[in-house]
Amino acid sequence: MSENGVRLLPLDDDSWRLEAYLRRGGYEAARKALTSMAPKDVVAEVCQAVIRGRGGAGFPAGMKWSFVPQGGAGPRYLCVNADEGEPGTFKDRLVLRRAPHALLEGMVITAFAVGIRTAFIYVRGEYALVSGRLEEAVAEARSAGYLGPRVLGTDFGLDVIVHHGAGAYICGEETALLESLEGRRGQPRVKPPFPASVGLFRSPTVINNVETLAAIPQILAHGAGWFLGRGVAKDGGTRLFGVSGAVRRPGIYELAVGTPLRQVIEVHAGGPPEGRSIKAVVPGGLSAPVLKADEIDVPMDFDSLARSGSMLGSAGIIVIPDGTPMLDVLHVTARFYAHESCGKCTPCRIGTSWILKAVRRLRRSGGSPADLDLILRLAEGIRGRTLCPFGDGAAMPIRAIVTKFRDELERAVAR
Amino acid sequence: MSYAPSPAALEKIEGTIALYPEKPAALLPVLHIIQGESGFISAAAEAWAAAKLGLRPVRVREVLSFYTMFRRAPAGRTTLQVCRNLSCALAGADDILGLIREKLGIGPGETTSDGAVTLVTAECLGHCDHAPCLQVDGVDHGPVTRETVAALIEELKAHV
Ligand SMILES: Cc1cc2nc3c(=O)[nH]c(=O)nc-3n(C[C@H](O)[C@H](O)[C@H](O)COP(=O)(O)O)c2cc1C
Ligand code: SF4
Ligand code: FES
Repeated sequence: MSENGVRLLPLDDDSWRLEAYLRRGGYEAARKALTSMAPKDVVAEVCQAVIRGRGGAGFPAGMKWSFVPQGGAGPRYLCVNADEGEPGTFKDRLVLRRAPHALLEGMVITAFAVGIRTAFIYVRGEYALVSGRLEEAVAEARSAGYLGPRVLGTDFGLDVIVHHGAGAYICGEETALLESLEGRRGQPRVKPPFPASVGLFRSPTVINNVETLAAIPQILAHGAGWFLGRGVAKDGGTRLFGVSGAVRRPGIYELAVGTPLRQVIEVHAGGPPEGRSIKAVVPGGLSAPVLKADEIDVPMDFDSLARSGSMLGSAGIIVIPDGTPMLDVLHVTARFYAHESCGKCTPCRIGTSWILKAVRRLRRSGGSPADLDLILRLAEGIRGRTLCPFGDGAAMPIRAIVTKFRDELERAVAR
Repeated sequence: MSYAPSPAALEKIEGTIALYPEKPAALLPVLHIIQGESGFISAAAEAWAAAKLGLRPVRVREVLSFYTMFRRAPAGRTTLQVCRNLSCALAGADDILGLIREKLGIGPGETTSDGAVTLVTAECLGHCDHAPCLQVDGVDHGPVTRETVAALIEELKAHV
């Protein structure tokens, strides 16, 4: 495989075409897996590479696959999470548009490893046009024999169905995604049972993020050791860091896991525009607690970010410049969670809407610093008490804004 | 009032249903096809979809009321979706939204009286590196400025 093949994101214009992908050594990793490896050896290789889920939670992909029960006659499914709704996140969009065959090849390898014959790609509704190339890629791969009843001439078959959501952030949560895919409201299921044992249509199901699956071919092509070596000890490979907000070059940067946050922002994305400085940074999508400007010398891997009190999440970095009122940031955040709560459990449904009410009062006159304590109490009432991780995802960033910028918020309220 | 999809839409609907191991799973795609053709999902279309997929009507209503992209009433000829989440807010989304409200004379969730434009807000369109951004009938625009937005609105108003 050419050196080019090690990068997930080629930047030439026709990179999304099958022909261009094949030129870079595309589908050779799938061929290797299907023709020279046993499924369990593929799972073992991916386990060793320690590729952690790129959708947000960071669960190791190989381990997740190994939870699917062996044997049994019924169907099992692969669901690709292309719901990409976490604010500040726009990386999967790039994979769908620039490297759809890397995703499809990763799906072939995954399905082979787990014994799956049907896969769904759940694309957020707002990406209906963005996913046009993906759908073309599926058709191209099928007619060239990289998907369909006899993948690469073997007796392994895989059908891929592209499914469109209809506007609901919560459908990115894996069990809400399953509900939605089955034609219901996207409201999370109680776990356990986990999707690996009872998932789509009550069958064992693997759910992975677009970027996670698109990176799988690299592991098979170059080996687990190589992949792990590109990241840090318990978090292998490269990540697609999306940088937006106050930087000179917003965009996606594919860099080693563990690259320092400051370096991503200042070197790769060009730092803040002339005359501006960094006030705060959201390091991993809006659910990730905000870091102050003096907290960004942190390696961008799951464990390091967790130690710093935040999370790597979807690796969507939002740079907040000096002069931004944090009350505005708090308002955008509170409004988002109040709007997107699916309403299934009380602490989240009521808590997020009360927090928004309190924040609105702070923005009008009539609020007082005591409202900040009320917001913290409400956030505490949500955290750890909800059916799905959305609750924590709402409570943690709100708490971080209020505690880290308390002085500023009090001054703003007093005025 | 009754509903029947066009022959082309019906063919698409039947092809779609056949893809899924269980019929009800085709509900979202079927609703997308109906809305794509009719612009919205009428009560009659709702009943039709329920019957087609063997679902109780309430199951379809539940779904329609949950997802923001489905419409149960006709909308304007063009739908303008303006993102107001953090990356866009930092880039001036509030100002852009204010300008659009002023030019159209309507707020989010409303349609201009001539039926030209429906305005809605969005929570991150996944185009944050092009903030502030918006979608015009699903097509991404960004980064937009006061000038490009003003020109866009004139174009939409003129387009009948
Ligand atoms: C509220 C919420 C929203 C989520 N949104 C997404 C999403 O848009 N895309 C995604 O891949 N994972 C999302 N996740 C994470 C998924 O639940 C799941 O962990 C992930 O798809 C698993 O794939 P991975 O292990 O490859 O990351 C979300 C989780 C929660 C709680
Ligand atoms: S935590 Fe919120 S989003 Fe998750 S199930 Fe409960 S109400 Fe729904
Ligand atoms: S915040 Fe507007 S597109 Fe992401």
